[in-house]
Amino acid sequence: MTMAAGLWHKDQVLLNGAALEADRRRENRQLLMLCSPGILLAFFLLCLPIGWLFWFSFIDAGGSPTFEHYSRIWNEGAYIQIFIVTFETSALVTAICVLLGYPLAYCLSQMSQKWSGIVMLGVLVPFWTSLLVRTYAWLVLLQRRGIVNTLLVDSGLVHQPLPLVNNLTGTIIGMVHIMVPFLVLPLYASMRSIDGTYLRAAANLGASPVKAFWQIYLPLSLPGLIAGLVLTFILCLGFYITPAILGGGRVQFIAQRIETSVHLFPTWGPASALGVVLLAFTLAILVLSQLLLSRWRRRLG
Amino acid sequence: MESHITHWQRWWLYGLTGLTIFFLVLPSLIVIPMSFSGTNSLAFPPPAWSFRWYESFFTSSQWLGATWVSLQVSLCTVLLATPIGVAAAYGLHLGRFVFGQAIYAVLIAALMVPVILIAIGAFFLFAQLGMVNTKPALVLCDTLLAVPFVLVTVSAGFKGYDFNQEQVARSLGASRLKAFFSVTLPQIRASVIAGAFFSFIVAFDEVVIASLLSGGDGATLTNLMFASLRNEIDPTIAAISSLMIVLTTVPPLIGHIVMLRRKRRPS
Repeated sequence: MTMAAGLWHKDQVLLNGAALEADRRRENRQLLMLCSPGILLAFFLLCLPIGWLFWFSFIDAGGSPTFEHYSRIWNEGAYIQIFIVTFETSALVTAICVLLGYPLAYCLSQMSQKWSGIVMLGVLVPFWTSLLVRTYAWLVLLQRRGIVNTLLVDSGLVHQPLPLVNNLTGTIIGMVHIMVPFLVLPLYASMRSIDGTYLRAAANLGASPVKAFWQIYLPLSLPGLIAGLVLTFILCLGFYITPAILGGGRVQFIAQRIETSVHLFPTWGPASALGVVLLAFTLAILVLSQLLLSRWRRRLG
Repeated sequence: MESHITHWQRWWLYGLTGLTIFFLVLPSLIVIPMSFSGTNSLAFPPPAWSFRWYESFFTSSQWLGATWVSLQVSLCTVLLATPIGVAAAYGLHLGRFVFGQAIYAVLIAALMVPVILIAIGAFFLFAQLGMVNTKPALVLCDTLLAVPFVLVTVSAGFKGYDFNQEQVARSLGASRLKAFFSVTLPQIRASVIAGAFFSFIVAFDEVVIASLLSGGDGATLTNLMFASLRNEIDPTIAAISSLMIVLTTVPPLIGHIVMLRRKRRPS
């Protein structure tokens, strides 16, 4: 009798378990359904068109397979030049953003909540402002007879107005202005989570503030810095509007080249191949940085 | 002996921060006075003051038409991107999927892929469908760009919310939908509003896709501005820019201040 009851009980548990498991699966399916509109949108507007670009980049005008578009990118100096300009400018912009953004994020993380809230507005207001509006503002500011040149000449620092816009200088200034918040926001978030007791412990053990910063604070803030830096660099590679306006036609980025070849030529091959190469670089940098970050996190424990 | 750095010794740090902040806010500060200029030139400060550029904006059917297109497209994007983003955030927060990470990556991929690629891809897709230069095509593209912003802000909202409350409502007999709308949504509403606002800004500011997918009477405001900035600069842009600065900074500014007030209040 007791044995039968025990068996019955066990069956019941199994039955219940199976029902619960089925319930959990059903719930999981429903939750997955909730994600599906977003996934469908990304599939049709992102994955599918990029798949097409990939396909176009490997076929010629007649529809037969070819590597011609890629070999042209590799062999024509003009294309290589565009890649060099894009990568060099992006690296320079990222470096300037780090030089300006790291101290800014550090300052923000050390301030009282009231002050950091106010200073943060200085980062957020430009972040919220339209990219075109800010590009226009730089066009005004950096003109030959713009405020910056007027101040420079009036103060006697230079004798004649500097060429600050319609060239690479203007492009870099405009890009740095757009990218600084993208670096500061993730960096600030990671600095806020650094435990101040580590620094106090270092000071307690006799480290000078400078040494404590270099040996404790900087390594702890490095994951946030790398995340922000990679984001900045990747976004810079795809820039189109700022070089087009502030570069005055003298600075050509990969994105502009893609746009002009789609507009000018009816064939999609060259533009597609450029797009695939740009995307490949972007993804490679993302994946490498993720690997680096996860190794770094494991080392820090 | 612990050593400390006094505020005074860090003057260079504060100085650098101040200069960077000045660099960041300067353009916004310049545009507004420029919009009241009385002359055609880009000189600053303007030699004379007037409202003529505002007048030229509000009397130009071309600028007003483009503004109307932009507003329509942006509002439709908000209406589409907000529910899609909230639903995905909810599903990802509660679901235990094998490919959870991959789903998240697909949903925010539009942030990482260069916009020009999305633009030419969409151009090709909508050309096949005969939908180039239509508002639905623009709305769909802008929604793709806006969903990641909604997803990220609302996911952060869910992290600070105790889902047991929704369970309580459901165990008391409310359906999941009802429990979500009457218990969960009111508590995460700040993040949903922020996400919806971001999607408006993303759609309103979008230039690259609009410059390929819209034109003529269907051109968006940013498309016209971009064309004008590339060719001959119409000073009306200063007036439009000032209006855009007000439109995009005042609502989040109010949100930011409200949030700071709430944080300071002892709970």
